[in-house]
Amino acid sequence: MLYAILCYAHEETVFAWSKEEEAAVMDKLMEVQQPLMQAGKLGPVARLMPTTAATTVRKGKDEPLVIDGPFAETKEALLGFYTVDAETLEEAVAFAKQLSSVNPGSSSYEIRPFHVFHPGAIKT
Amino acid sequence: MTDIAWIELALTAARPQALGALLRYFRDLDTAEEAFQEACLRAIRTWPERGAPRDPTAWLIFVGRNSGIDAVRKRAKNDPLPEEEAFSDLSDAEDDIADRLDNSNYRDDILRLMFICCHPDLPNTQQIALALRIVSGLTVPQIARAFLVSEAAMEQRITRAKARVAKAGVPFETPDAAERATRLGMVSSMIYLVFNEGYSAGVNNPDNAAFCEEAIRLARLLLRIFPGEPEIMGLLALMMLQHSRAGARFDGQSQIILLEDQDRSLWDRKLINEALVLLDKAIRHRQPGPYQVQAAISALHARAATPGETDWAEINQLYGLLERLRPSPVVTLNRAVAVSKLDGPEQALELIAPLAERLDGYFYFHGVRGSFLMQLDRKAEAREAFDRAIALANSPAECAHIRQQIDKLGAVPSPVE
Repeated sequence: MLYAILCYAHEETVFAWSKEEEAAVMDKLMEVQQPLMQAGKLGPVARLMPTTAATTVRKGKDEPLVIDGPFAETKEALLGFYTVDAETLEEAVAFAKQLSSVNPGSSSYEIRPFHVFHPGAIKT
Repeated sequence: MTDIAWIELALTAARPQALGALLRYFRDLDTAEEAFQEACLRAIRTWPERGAPRDPTAWLIFVGRNSGIDAVRKRAKNDPLPEEEAFSDLSDAEDDIADRLDNSNYRDDILRLMFICCHPDLPNTQQIALALRIVSGLTVPQIARAFLVSEAAMEQRITRAKARVAKAGVPFETPDAAERATRLGMVSSMIYLVFNEGYSAGVNNPDNAAFCEEAIRLARLLLRIFPGEPEIMGLLALMMLQHSRAGARFDGQSQIILLEDQDRSLWDRKLINEALVLLDKAIRHRQPGPYQVQAAISALHARAATPGETDWAEINQLYGLLERLRPSPVVTLNRAVAVSKLDGPEQALELIAPLAERLDGYFYFHGVRGSFLMQLDRKAEAREAFDRAIALANSPAECAHIRQQIDKLGAVPSPVE
Protein backbone atom coordinates (compact mmCIF):
# COMPACT_ATOMS: atom_id res chain seq x y z
CA MET A 1 0.00 0.00 0.00
CA LEU A 2 1.21 3.50 -0.78
CA TYR A 3 0.99 5.94 2.10
CA ALA A 4 1.43 9.67 2.23
CA ILE A 5 2.74 10.75 5.60
CA LEU A 6 1.75 14.34 6.18
CA CYS A 7 3.75 16.33 8.72
CA TYR A 8 1.92 19.05 10.64
CA ALA A 9 3.63 21.64 12.83
CA HIS A 10 3.38 25.02 14.50
CA GLU A 11 4.69 27.16 11.71
CA GLU A 12 5.84 30.07 13.87
CA THR A 13 8.08 27.82 15.92
CA VAL A 14 9.60 25.99 12.99
CA PHE A 15 10.38 29.23 11.20
CA ALA A 16 12.06 30.56 14.35
CA TRP A 17 14.73 27.89 13.90
CA SER A 18 18.19 29.13 13.14
CA LYS A 19 20.02 27.72 10.13
CA GLU A 20 22.06 25.46 12.44
CA GLU A 21 19.01 24.12 14.26
CA GLU A 22 17.28 23.46 10.95
CA ALA A 23 20.34 21.65 9.57
CA ALA A 24 20.61 19.47 12.69
CA VAL A 25 16.97 18.37 12.39
CA MET A 26 17.32 17.71 8.65
CA ASP A 27 20.38 15.52 9.23
CA LYS A 28 18.48 13.36 11.69
CA LEU A 29 15.48 13.13 9.37
CA MET A 30 17.74 11.99 6.54
CA GLU A 31 19.12 9.23 8.77
CA VAL A 32 15.63 7.97 9.54
CA GLN A 33 14.78 7.86 5.82
CA GLN A 34 17.90 5.96 4.77
CA PRO A 35 16.66 2.38 5.45
CA LEU A 36 13.44 2.92 3.45
CA MET A 37 15.39 4.65 0.73
CA GLN A 38 17.79 1.69 0.44
CA ALA A 39 14.87 -0.75 0.43
CA GLY A 40 13.40 1.17 -2.51
CA LYS A 41 10.27 2.00 -0.54
CA LEU A 42 10.53 5.77 -0.37
CA GLY A 43 8.81 7.95 -2.97
CA PRO A 44 9.04 11.74 -3.38
CA VAL A 45 9.52 13.71 -0.16
CA ALA A 46 8.57 17.40 -0.07
CA ARG A 47 9.01 20.27 2.30
CA LEU A 48 6.27 22.86 1.79
CA MET A 49 7.12 26.55 1.73
CA PRO A 50 5.48 28.61 4.50
CA THR A 51 1.72 29.15 4.30
CA THR A 52 2.46 32.80 3.47
CA ALA A 53 3.57 31.53 0.05
CA ALA A 54 0.27 29.66 -0.45
CA THR A 55 -2.64 30.63 -2.68
CA THR A 56 -6.05 28.97 -2.51
CA VAL A 57 -8.57 28.63 -5.30
CA ARG A 58 -12.06 28.33 -3.84
CA LYS A 59 -15.41 27.66 -5.42
CA GLY A 60 -17.13 30.98 -5.91
CA LYS A 61 -20.64 31.90 -7.02
CA ASP A 62 -19.71 32.44 -10.64
CA GLU A 63 -16.07 31.71 -11.11
CA PRO A 64 -13.51 30.35 -8.67
CA LEU A 65 -12.04 32.82 -6.18
CA VAL A 66 -8.31 33.15 -5.74
CA ILE A 67 -7.43 33.77 -2.12
CA ASP A 68 -4.06 34.51 -0.50
CA GLY A 69 -2.99 32.01 2.10
CA PRO A 70 -3.74 28.39 2.96
CA PHE A 71 -7.10 26.67 2.60
CA ALA A 72 -7.81 26.75 6.33
CA GLU A 73 -6.26 29.00 8.92
CA THR A 74 -5.23 26.67 11.68
CA LYS A 75 -2.79 26.68 14.54
CA GLU A 76 -0.99 23.82 12.87
CA ALA A 77 -0.01 23.89 9.23
CA LEU A 78 0.98 21.19 6.80
CA LEU A 79 4.76 21.40 6.72
CA GLY A 80 5.69 18.66 4.28
CA PHE A 81 5.05 15.07 3.29
CA TYR A 82 6.69 11.74 2.58
CA THR A 83 5.43 9.05 0.27
CA VAL A 84 6.27 5.47 1.19
CA ASP A 85 5.42 2.00 -0.04
CA ALA A 86 4.71 0.11 3.19
CA GLU A 87 3.64 -3.53 3.53
CA THR A 88 1.42 -2.76 6.47
CA LEU A 89 0.01 0.23 8.27
CA GLU A 90 2.22 -0.80 11.19
CA GLU A 91 5.28 -0.21 9.07
CA ALA A 92 4.07 3.26 8.08
CA VAL A 93 3.25 4.06 11.70
CA ALA A 94 6.70 2.92 12.82
CA PHE A 95 8.32 5.21 10.22
CA ALA A 96 6.18 8.16 11.28
CA LYS A 97 7.13 7.52 14.90
CA GLN A 98 10.81 7.63 14.01
CA LEU A 99 10.32 10.88 12.09
CA SER A 100 8.43 12.33 15.01
CA SER A 101 11.11 11.43 17.53
CA VAL A 102 13.84 13.32 15.67
CA ASN A 103 11.78 16.35 14.64
CA PRO A 104 10.98 18.57 17.62
CA GLY A 105 9.05 20.91 15.32
CA SER A 106 6.43 18.43 14.26
CA SER A 107 3.24 18.08 16.23
CA SER A 108 1.58 15.28 14.26
CA TYR A 109 2.01 12.98 11.29
CA GLU A 110 -1.12 12.04 9.39
CA ILE A 111 -0.85 8.74 7.53
CA ARG A 112 -3.04 8.64 4.42
CA PRO A 113 -3.03 5.86 1.87
CA PHE A 114 -3.10 7.08 -1.72
CA HIS A 115 -3.44 5.94 -5.33
CA VAL A 116 -1.10 7.13 -8.03
CA PHE A 117 -2.98 8.93 -10.82
CA HIS A 118 0.17 8.96 -12.93
CA PRO A 119 3.82 9.40 -12.10
CA GLY A 120 4.01 12.92 -13.54
CA ALA A 121 6.81 14.39 -15.62
CA ILE A 122 8.68 16.75 -13.28
CA LYS A 123 12.38 16.07 -13.09
CA THR A 124 13.53 16.54 -9.50
CA MET B 1 17.74 19.88 20.33
CA THR B 2 17.15 19.65 24.06
CA ASP B 3 13.77 20.17 25.63
CA ILE B 4 14.74 23.52 27.06
CA ALA B 5 16.09 24.77 23.73
CA TRP B 6 12.82 23.72 22.14
CA ILE B 7 10.74 25.44 24.81
CA GLU B 8 12.75 28.62 24.36
CA LEU B 9 12.00 28.56 20.64
CA ALA B 10 8.30 28.03 21.33
CA LEU B 11 8.38 30.99 23.75
CA THR B 12 10.08 33.21 21.17
CA ALA B 13 7.54 32.19 18.56
CA ALA B 14 4.61 32.87 20.91
CA ARG B 15 5.98 36.15 22.21
CA PRO B 16 4.46 38.75 19.84
CA GLN B 17 0.95 37.36 20.10
CA ALA B 18 1.05 36.60 23.83
CA LEU B 19 2.71 39.86 24.85
CA GLY B 20 0.38 41.76 22.51
CA ALA B 21 -2.67 40.24 24.21
CA LEU B 22 -1.24 40.93 27.69
CA LEU B 23 -0.60 44.53 26.68
CA ARG B 24 -4.26 44.80 25.70
CA TYR B 25 -5.35 43.43 29.11
CA PHE B 26 -3.05 45.50 31.27
CA ARG B 27 -2.63 48.58 29.06
CA ASP B 28 0.83 49.00 30.48
CA LEU B 29 3.97 47.72 28.80
CA ASP B 30 5.95 47.01 31.96
CA THR B 31 3.14 45.05 33.61
CA ALA B 32 2.58 43.09 30.38
CA GLU B 33 6.29 42.29 30.04
CA GLU B 34 6.56 41.18 33.68
CA ALA B 35 3.47 38.99 33.29
CA PHE B 36 4.86 37.42 30.11
CA GLN B 37 8.23 36.85 31.78
CA GLU B 38 6.53 35.14 34.70
CA ALA B 39 4.51 32.92 32.34
CA CYS B 40 7.72 31.95 30.53
CA LEU B 41 9.42 31.00 33.79
CA ARG B 42 6.47 28.81 34.67
CA ALA B 43 6.54 27.24 31.22
CA ILE B 44 10.20 26.33 31.65
CA ARG B 45 9.38 24.83 35.06
CA THR B 46 6.26 22.86 34.11
CA TRP B 47 6.47 21.98 30.39
CA PRO B 48 9.40 19.55 30.57
CA GLU B 49 7.44 17.45 33.08
CA ARG B 50 3.90 17.81 31.82
CA GLY B 51 4.67 18.24 28.16
CA ALA B 52 4.04 21.38 26.14
CA PRO B 53 0.41 22.49 25.95
CA ARG B 54 -1.50 22.03 22.71
CA ASP B 55 -1.57 25.77 22.22
CA PRO B 56 1.48 27.34 23.87
CA THR B 57 0.40 30.90 23.08
CA ALA B 58 -3.01 30.53 24.71
CA TRP B 59 -1.33 28.93 27.75
CA LEU B 60 1.12 31.83 28.08
CA ILE B 61 -1.62 34.43 27.76
CA PHE B 62 -3.74 32.66 30.35
CA VAL B 63 -0.94 32.14 32.86
CA GLY B 64 0.52 35.57 32.16
CA ARG B 65 -2.80 37.26 32.67
CA ASN B 66 -3.35 35.53 36.01
CA SER B 67 0.12 36.27 37.26
CA GLY B 68 -0.23 39.87 36.09
CA ILE B 69 -3.52 40.26 37.93
CA ASP B 70 -1.92 38.73 41.00
CA ALA B 71 1.02 41.07 40.75
CA VAL B 72 -1.27 44.06 40.50
CA ARG B 73 -3.30 42.83 43.48
CA LYS B 74 -0.19 41.95 45.42
CA ARG B 75 1.08 45.44 45.03
CA ALA B 76 -2.18 46.58 46.60
CA LYS B 77 -2.72 43.94 49.26
CA ASN B 78 0.39 41.81 49.63
CA ASP B 79 -1.66 38.66 49.05
CA PRO B 80 0.32 35.45 48.56
CA LEU B 81 0.54 34.14 44.99
CA PRO B 82 -1.63 31.09 44.29
CA GLU B 83 0.08 27.86 43.25
CA GLU B 84 0.62 27.69 39.51
CA GLU B 85 -1.00 24.25 39.46
CA ALA B 86 -4.25 26.03 40.16
CA PHE B 87 -4.34 27.38 36.65
CA SER B 88 -1.71 25.58 34.61
CA ASP B 89 -4.11 22.74 33.87
CA LEU B 90 -4.68 22.83 30.15
CA SER B 91 -8.17 21.53 29.74
CA ASP B 92 -11.08 23.93 30.16
CA ALA B 93 -9.20 27.10 30.86
CA GLU B 94 -7.31 26.83 27.59
CA ASP B 95 -10.44 26.33 25.50
CA ASP B 96 -11.94 29.35 27.14
CA ILE B 97 -8.98 31.54 26.34
CA ALA B 98 -8.62 30.12 22.84
CA ASP B 99 -12.19 31.14 22.12
CA ARG B 100 -11.37 34.69 23.00
CA LEU B 101 -8.42 34.83 20.66
CA ASP B 102 -10.61 35.73 17.75
CA ASN B 103 -8.70 36.80 14.70
CA SER B 104 -9.42 40.49 14.74
CA ASN B 105 -8.13 40.77 18.28
CA TYR B 106 -4.89 38.92 17.88
CA ARG B 107 -4.10 40.62 14.60
CA ASP B 108 -4.43 44.03 16.13
CA ASP B 109 -2.60 42.89 19.28
CA ILE B 110 0.50 41.94 17.31
CA LEU B 111 0.25 44.99 15.10
CA ARG B 112 -0.09 47.26 18.15
CA LEU B 113 2.94 45.70 19.80
CA MET B 114 4.99 46.37 16.68
CA PHE B 115 3.43 49.76 16.13
CA ILE B 116 4.36 51.21 19.53
CA CYS B 117 8.02 50.66 18.58
CA CYS B 118 7.61 52.94 15.55
CA HIS B 119 6.84 56.15 17.37
CA PRO B 120 7.84 58.96 15.00
CA ASP B 121 9.65 60.82 17.80
CA LEU B 122 12.05 57.90 18.21
CA PRO B 123 15.20 57.98 16.09
CA ASN B 124 15.69 54.93 13.84
CA THR B 125 18.25 53.22 16.05
CA GLN B 126 15.90 53.48 19.04
CA GLN B 127 13.00 52.06 17.03
CA ILE B 128 15.17 49.11 16.09
CA ALA B 129 16.42 48.56 19.64
CA LEU B 130 12.91 48.79 21.06
CA ALA B 131 11.47 46.37 18.51
CA LEU B 132 14.22 43.84 19.15
CA ARG B 133 13.67 44.13 22.89
CA ILE B 134 9.86 44.15 22.97
CA VAL B 135 8.73 42.23 19.89
CA SER B 136 11.62 39.83 19.39
CA GLY B 137 12.50 39.48 23.05
CA LEU B 138 16.26 39.82 22.63
CA THR B 139 18.11 40.60 25.85
CA VAL B 140 19.69 44.00 26.45
CA PRO B 141 23.24 42.52 26.33
CA GLN B 142 22.45 40.91 22.94
CA ILE B 143 21.21 44.21 21.53
CA ALA B 144 24.10 46.15 23.08
CA ARG B 145 26.61 43.79 21.42
CA ALA B 146 24.94 44.28 18.07
CA PHE B 147 25.08 48.07 18.35
CA LEU B 148 28.61 47.99 19.78
CA VAL B 149 27.66 49.97 22.87
CA SER B 150 27.87 49.11 26.56
CA GLU B 151 25.01 47.26 28.21
CA ALA B 152 24.41 50.19 30.53
CA ALA B 153 24.14 52.58 27.60
CA MET B 154 21.70 50.27 25.78
CA GLU B 155 19.65 49.74 28.93
CA GLN B 156 19.36 53.49 29.29
CA ARG B 157 18.48 53.94 25.62
CA ILE B 158 15.70 51.37 25.80
CA THR B 159 14.35 52.70 29.07
CA ARG B 160 14.20 56.18 27.59
CA ALA B 161 12.51 54.93 24.44
CA LYS B 162 9.93 53.06 26.52
CA ALA B 163 9.22 56.14 28.62
CA ARG B 164 8.70 58.12 25.45
CA VAL B 165 6.30 55.51 24.10
CA ALA B 166 4.38 55.38 27.39
CA LYS B 167 4.11 59.17 27.48
CA ALA B 168 2.75 59.22 23.94
CA GLY B 169 -0.01 56.84 25.01
CA VAL B 170 -0.48 53.43 23.47
CA PRO B 171 -3.44 53.41 21.07
CA PHE B 172 -5.84 50.78 22.40
CA GLU B 173 -8.94 51.45 20.37
CA THR B 174 -9.46 48.94 17.57
CA PRO B 175 -8.10 50.68 14.48
CA ASP B 176 -10.33 51.37 11.49
CA ALA B 177 -9.19 50.34 8.02
CA ALA B 178 -7.33 53.59 7.32
CA GLU B 179 -5.58 53.59 10.69
CA ARG B 180 -4.67 49.94 10.26
CA ALA B 181 -3.14 50.70 6.85
CA THR B 182 -1.09 53.54 8.38
CA ARG B 183 0.13 51.25 11.14
CA LEU B 184 1.01 48.54 8.65
CA GLY B 185 3.05 51.03 6.65
CA MET B 186 4.98 52.24 9.69
CA VAL B 187 5.55 48.73 11.01
CA SER B 188 6.79 47.66 7.58
CA SER B 189 9.39 50.46 7.58
CA MET B 190 10.44 49.52 11.10
CA ILE B 191 10.94 45.88 10.07
CA TYR B 192 12.96 47.02 7.07
CA LEU B 193 15.10 49.16 9.39
CA VAL B 194 15.84 46.08 11.49
CA PHE B 195 16.78 44.23 8.31
CA ASN B 196 19.06 46.98 7.07
CA GLU B 197 20.79 47.24 10.41
CA GLY B 198 21.81 43.62 9.91
CA TYR B 199 22.41 43.89 6.17
CA SER B 200 24.79 46.84 6.42
CA ALA B 201 26.71 45.24 9.28
CA GLY B 202 27.86 42.53 6.92
CA VAL B 203 30.14 39.87 8.32
CA ASN B 204 32.00 41.98 10.82
CA ASN B 205 29.36 41.75 13.48
CA PRO B 206 27.52 38.41 13.51
CA ASP B 207 25.21 39.52 16.35
CA ASN B 208 24.03 42.25 14.08
CA ALA B 209 23.82 40.11 10.95
CA ALA B 210 21.24 37.89 12.70
CA PHE B 211 18.88 40.88 12.49
CA CYS B 212 18.26 40.03 8.83
CA GLU B 213 16.73 36.72 9.78
CA GLU B 214 14.79 38.28 12.62
CA ALA B 215 13.32 40.90 10.26
CA ILE B 216 12.30 38.16 7.82
CA ARG B 217 10.65 36.26 10.68
CA LEU B 218 8.71 39.37 11.74
CA ALA B 219 7.57 40.07 8.18
CA ARG B 220 6.41 36.45 7.79
CA LEU B 221 4.45 36.87 11.00
CA LEU B 222 2.91 40.10 9.75
CA LEU B 223 1.96 38.50 6.42
CA ARG B 224 0.43 35.52 8.18
CA ILE B 225 -1.97 37.82 10.02
CA PHE B 226 -2.55 40.08 6.98
CA PRO B 227 -2.30 37.51 4.18
CA GLY B 228 -3.78 39.69 1.43
CA GLU B 229 -1.45 42.72 1.72
CA PRO B 230 0.68 42.99 -1.44
CA GLU B 231 3.14 45.44 0.09
CA ILE B 232 3.94 43.05 2.95
CA MET B 233 4.47 40.32 0.35
CA GLY B 234 6.77 42.79 -1.42
CA LEU B 235 8.67 43.64 1.76
CA LEU B 236 9.16 39.98 2.65
CA ALA B 237 10.21 39.11 -0.90
CA LEU B 238 12.63 42.04 -1.01
CA MET B 239 14.32 41.05 2.24
CA MET B 240 14.53 37.39 1.26
CA LEU B 241 16.08 38.26 -2.11
CA GLN B 242 18.66 40.51 -0.48
CA HIS B 243 19.38 37.96 2.22
CA SER B 244 19.70 35.16 -0.34
CA ARG B 245 23.05 36.70 -1.31
CA ALA B 246 24.41 36.72 2.26
CA GLY B 247 26.85 33.90 1.52
CA ALA B 248 28.23 35.63 -1.56
CA ARG B 249 28.50 39.29 -0.55
CA PHE B 250 31.89 39.11 1.18
CA ASP B 251 35.13 37.33 0.49
CA GLY B 252 37.31 35.48 3.00
CA GLN B 253 38.84 38.77 4.12
CA SER B 254 35.41 40.35 4.79
CA GLN B 255 35.78 42.49 1.68
CA ILE B 256 32.65 43.49 -0.24
CA ILE B 257 32.00 41.58 -3.46
CA LEU B 258 29.79 43.54 -5.86
CA LEU B 259 26.63 41.93 -7.23
CA GLU B 260 28.13 41.44 -10.69
CA ASP B 261 31.23 39.74 -9.25
CA GLN B 262 29.40 37.41 -6.86
CA ASP B 263 29.47 33.64 -7.22
CA ARG B 264 25.80 33.09 -8.02
CA SER B 265 25.94 29.42 -7.04
CA LEU B 266 26.29 30.68 -3.45
CA TRP B 267 22.93 32.44 -3.57
CA ASP B 268 20.29 30.71 -1.46
CA ARG B 269 17.88 29.27 -4.05
CA LYS B 270 15.28 28.30 -1.44
CA LEU B 271 14.93 31.91 -0.30
CA ILE B 272 14.88 33.13 -3.90
CA ASN B 273 12.16 30.68 -4.93
CA GLU B 274 9.95 31.60 -2.02
CA ALA B 275 10.47 35.29 -2.76
CA LEU B 276 9.57 34.84 -6.43
CA VAL B 277 6.32 33.11 -5.42
CA LEU B 278 5.48 35.95 -3.06
CA LEU B 279 6.18 38.51 -5.74
CA ASP B 280 3.90 36.67 -8.19
CA LYS B 281 1.19 36.65 -5.52
CA ALA B 282 1.66 40.37 -4.89
CA ILE B 283 1.52 41.31 -8.58
CA ARG B 284 -1.88 39.62 -8.92
CA HIS B 285 -3.30 42.35 -6.67
CA ARG B 286 -2.36 45.09 -9.18
CA GLN B 287 -1.56 47.58 -6.42
CA PRO B 288 2.10 48.35 -7.00
CA GLY B 289 3.99 49.83 -4.08
CA PRO B 290 7.61 50.69 -3.31
CA TYR B 291 8.47 47.35 -1.66
CA GLN B 292 6.98 45.36 -4.52
CA VAL B 293 8.88 47.38 -7.10
CA GLN B 294 12.17 47.06 -5.19
CA ALA B 295 11.56 43.33 -4.83
CA ALA B 296 10.82 43.08 -8.56
CA ILE B 297 14.14 44.79 -9.32
CA SER B 298 15.96 42.46 -6.96
CA ALA B 299 14.17 39.50 -8.55
CA LEU B 300 15.52 40.44 -12.00
CA HIS B 301 19.03 40.09 -10.61
CA ALA B 302 18.08 36.79 -8.94
CA ARG B 303 16.67 35.45 -12.21
CA ALA B 304 19.79 36.28 -14.23
CA ALA B 305 22.06 33.24 -14.34
CA THR B 306 25.01 35.47 -15.21
CA PRO B 307 25.49 39.25 -14.84
CA GLY B 308 25.42 39.51 -18.65
CA GLU B 309 21.86 38.18 -18.73
CA THR B 310 20.52 40.89 -16.41
CA ASP B 311 17.48 42.65 -17.88
CA TRP B 312 18.72 46.23 -17.39
CA ALA B 313 15.97 47.71 -19.56
CA GLU B 314 13.31 46.28 -17.24
CA ILE B 315 15.30 47.40 -14.19
CA ASN B 316 15.49 50.91 -15.63
CA GLN B 317 11.70 50.91 -16.13
CA LEU B 318 11.06 49.66 -12.61
CA TYR B 319 13.32 52.35 -11.11
CA GLY B 320 11.35 54.81 -13.20
CA LEU B 321 8.16 53.51 -11.61
CA LEU B 322 9.77 53.74 -8.18
CA GLU B 323 10.75 57.36 -8.89
CA ARG B 324 7.07 58.10 -9.47
CA LEU B 325 5.84 56.12 -6.44
CA ARG B 326 8.44 57.43 -4.03
CA PRO B 327 10.54 60.18 -5.58
CA SER B 328 14.01 60.29 -4.09
CA PRO B 329 17.46 61.21 -5.39
CA VAL B 330 18.72 57.83 -4.14
CA VAL B 331 16.28 56.05 -6.46
CA THR B 332 17.51 58.13 -9.38
CA LEU B 333 21.07 57.25 -8.40
CA ASN B 334 20.16 53.58 -8.56
CA ARG B 335 18.47 54.06 -11.92
CA ALA B 336 21.68 55.64 -13.16
CA VAL B 337 23.45 52.28 -12.71
CA ALA B 338 20.89 50.69 -15.05
CA VAL B 339 21.30 53.59 -17.48
CA SER B 340 25.08 53.13 -17.47
CA LYS B 341 24.59 49.49 -18.51
CA LEU B 342 22.05 50.39 -21.19
CA ASP B 343 23.36 53.67 -22.63
CA GLY B 344 26.84 54.00 -21.18
CA PRO B 345 28.47 55.89 -18.30
CA GLU B 346 28.23 59.28 -19.97
CA GLN B 347 24.41 59.25 -19.94
CA ALA B 348 24.48 57.95 -16.39
CA LEU B 349 26.72 60.82 -15.26
CA GLU B 350 24.37 63.28 -16.90
CA LEU B 351 21.44 61.75 -15.01
CA ILE B 352 23.09 62.09 -11.61
CA ALA B 353 24.65 65.53 -12.14
CA PRO B 354 21.58 67.34 -10.76
CA LEU B 355 21.73 65.18 -7.60
CA ALA B 356 25.21 66.33 -6.59
CA GLU B 357 24.07 68.90 -4.09
CA ARG B 358 21.44 66.76 -2.33
CA LEU B 359 23.57 63.61 -2.21
CA ASP B 360 26.87 65.30 -1.40
CA GLY B 361 26.99 63.63 2.03
CA TYR B 362 26.07 60.18 0.69
CA PHE B 363 28.71 57.47 0.42
CA TYR B 364 27.11 55.63 -2.52
CA PHE B 365 26.74 58.77 -4.61
CA HIS B 366 30.48 59.36 -4.70
CA GLY B 367 31.25 55.65 -5.05
CA VAL B 368 28.89 55.24 -8.02
CA ARG B 369 29.99 58.53 -9.60
CA GLY B 370 33.61 57.47 -9.22
CA SER B 371 32.95 54.20 -11.01
CA PHE B 372 31.24 55.99 -13.93
CA LEU B 373 34.19 58.36 -14.22
CA MET B 374 36.59 55.43 -14.06
CA GLN B 375 34.75 53.72 -16.93
CA LEU B 376 35.21 56.94 -18.94
CA ASP B 377 38.90 56.94 -18.03
CA ARG B 378 38.55 60.32 -16.32
CA LYS B 379 41.02 59.17 -13.70
CA ALA B 380 41.69 62.36 -11.75
CA GLU B 381 37.98 63.07 -11.29
CA ALA B 382 37.35 59.44 -10.40
CA ARG B 383 40.10 59.61 -7.78
CA GLU B 384 38.53 62.73 -6.30
CA ALA B 385 35.09 61.06 -6.11
CA PHE B 386 36.54 57.92 -4.50
CA ASP B 387 38.42 59.99 -1.92
CA ARG B 388 35.18 61.70 -1.02
CA ALA B 389 33.46 58.28 -0.74
CA ILE B 390 36.13 56.98 1.64
CA ALA B 391 35.63 59.98 3.87
CA LEU B 392 31.91 59.09 4.05
CA ALA B 393 32.22 55.28 4.34
CA ASN B 394 30.03 53.67 7.00
CA SER B 395 32.13 50.59 7.60
CA PRO B 396 35.68 49.32 7.15
CA ALA B 397 34.39 47.01 4.39
CA GLU B 398 33.01 49.97 2.41
CA CYS B 399 36.27 51.80 2.90
CA ALA B 400 38.31 48.82 1.70
CA HIS B 401 36.07 48.39 -1.32
CA ILE B 402 36.69 51.95 -2.50
CA ARG B 403 40.43 51.52 -1.90
CA GLN B 404 40.34 48.58 -4.32
CA GLN B 405 38.68 50.80 -6.90
CA ILE B 406 41.42 53.37 -6.40
CA ASP B 407 44.02 50.65 -6.89
CA LYS B 408 42.36 49.75 -10.20
CA LEU B 409 42.75 53.37 -11.30
CA GLY B 410 46.49 52.89 -11.15
CA ALA B 411 48.75 55.91 -11.19
CA VAL B 412 46.81 59.11 -11.34
CA PRO B 413 48.50 62.42 -12.03
CA SER B 414 48.19 64.47 -8.83
CA PRO B 415 45.54 67.09 -9.12
CA VAL B 416 46.90 70.55 -9.74
CA GLU B 417 47.00 72.37 -6.43
